[in-house]
Amino acid sequence: MDRKMHRAACRIEGRSAAPGVALGPLLRLVSTTSQAPVSRSPAAERQAFADALEASRLDLVALAGQMKDENAEAILSFQIALLEDENLAAPAFALIADGETADRAWVAAIDPEIATYDGSQDHYFRARASDLRDLRDRVLRRLAGEVDQSLPAGVIVAADDMPPSLFLATDWRDGGLVLRRGSPSSHVAILARSRGVPMIVGADVTEVESGADAVLDADAGALVVNPDAELRVEYTRRHAEQLEARRAAFSYSGPTQTASGERVKVMINVTGLAELRDIDPSSVDGIGLMRTEFLFHGREKLPTEDEQYQIYRQMAEWACGKPVTIRTLDAGGDKPIAGLTQSGELNPFLGVRGVRLSLRRLEVFRVQLRALARAATVGNLKVMIPMVTVPEELVHCRALLQEAVDELRASGREAALPALGMMVEVPAAALAIEDFDADFFSIGSNDLIQYVAAASRDEPQLADLARPSRAVFNLIGHVVEHADRLGREASLCGDLAGDPEQAAALLDQGLRTFSVAPGALAPVRAAIARYSGKGA
Amino acid sequence: MNKHRASVLMRHEVGLHARPSVKLTKLAKAFESKIDLGLSPDGPWVDAKSIVKVMATKAPKDSTIYFRAEGNDAKAALDALVMLVDGDFQDGP
Repeated sequence: MDRKMHRAACRIEGRSAAPGVALGPLLRLVSTTSQAPVSRSPAAERQAFADALEASRLDLVALAGQMKDENAEAILSFQIALLEDENLAAPAFALIADGETADRAWVAAIDPEIATYDGSQDHYFRARASDLRDLRDRVLRRLAGEVDQSLPAGVIVAADDMPPSLFLATDWRDGGLVLRRGSPSSHVAILARSRGVPMIVGADVTEVESGADAVLDADAGALVVNPDAELRVEYTRRHAEQLEARRAAFSYSGPTQTASGERVKVMINVTGLAELRDIDPSSVDGIGLMRTEFLFHGREKLPTEDEQYQIYRQMAEWACGKPVTIRTLDAGGDKPIAGLTQSGELNPFLGVRGVRLSLRRLEVFRVQLRALARAATVGNLKVMIPMVTVPEELVHCRALLQEAVDELRASGREAALPALGMMVEVPAAALAIEDFDADFFSIGSNDLIQYVAAASRDEPQLADLARPSRAVFNLIGHVVEHADRLGREASLCGDLAGDPEQAAALLDQGLRTFSVAPGALAPVRAAIARYSGKGA
Repeated sequence: MNKHRASVLMRHEVGLHARPSVKLTKLAKAFESKIDLGLSPDGPWVDAKSIVKVMATKAPKDSTIYFRAEGNDAKAALDALVMLVDGDFQDGP
């Protein structure tokens, strides 16, 4: 313990993925693949395997008990039932008796099962492969002597990478996340920004040790291990300020105005119901972007019409009449979904993603549109189509949405036709926005920037190119002007809207509706309130 | 020994999928009889208490599920299983 006090501070640089600061002990997660093989007798292997199965089963039972979400609980029940079925492990026990090691025997037993699911024609069955893979890895982690990765609160987690399921299962209050891999546009980064969890990526954490004191400065993109007293004091202060700002953001209720008295709408981006629990709907102007891919991805299973309807309905109820903008599935690109997205694309960002995928997987798209049409009866629900490139795509979507409403009504169900809008993120659409018959426009700055600059936002060497340029602001101005002329709403829901330093430039372009991660509400509102007009 | 057979049409939206299979195997395990499940009256038969085997049938929506059971509580087991499938795997008493 004494030695720890003398350790020198060590600063590890990375890239910011979600702003904020955190202080606390480090928790280093070790990946399963780095385990050195240990030689054991068949009897010892057999015992180790039996123990790992039982420990995994207990982990899952404990996890299932904590889940408030029925769907997550269903997946865990399935995994528990698999572990309780002797048929699954029987081939592994046979191999161990023949002298195979427990981990290899387990993989040999379960991989053929995974393959039969992967090879299924039915996408529901195909998606189950990921549940089995997850189970395989859980038992392997136990065999490797790792404790279950249900993470304690209040620690700074350092890892190579992190699956969204683990992120979602963790209580991140006062915690932070440092990844060696990953990118600011990964699923976990979106979740971290949305939930206000400080996070950096691209940090070399291979040498850090669990238990060391650390400060995570996700604004600057750095982790400081063993900070000195002075640094600790400074970050304790900044952490307190951050908590205060967050409280202020959510206690604030009145409309947002510029210094010159102009009303600006500030809405929130969300990924699910969980984030809404702590937010008072009267403190925001609605939901500007609900990313539905997390309904599909977090649980790695295609949700049914009823499951989706329940979530959309609860969002509309939460909003008490304020707009709830739900984006149809934006899978593909950097957001693959097992059993749905196409794999092996040479350039996924220019491939079959967003509406391009939806129009090729109509059976999945129709389910979502029906759920949306049903939920539209409850509140002010709006449907937004991602990655629209040509007007025909929007026309096709509108026809499908009308069909969904007609079908529901024909079968005696209640349905309403929601407003149909488009994401403006493909330069072709932004340039020719006059050709698109959308009820509203929402500018997706993350993709727009990288498509305009032809530079990936995940390539650190091109950070100077993949940023908001005059070309991007011109396009934003063009879209806003067109929407204003028609009297339709134009909003901006990308990360650009959540950056207080860009608020004035966006207001200069005429933008009057921002949609930001809940954690960015306070700074963006403050920046808007300082704005006193173009050129001022 | 008591031997019984039964069949029931499954209408569940996605077929004999994870959640229905969990319920079905759990219920089957509550009985001591040996219970088999098949997708035709002549089999092939799989152990209705094994989720690995039951899921492997990949029974789609609108398939008829056949059961055969052998044991002291065979009749009760099949009645309960048929009721579960017929009731679309809803939570029941």
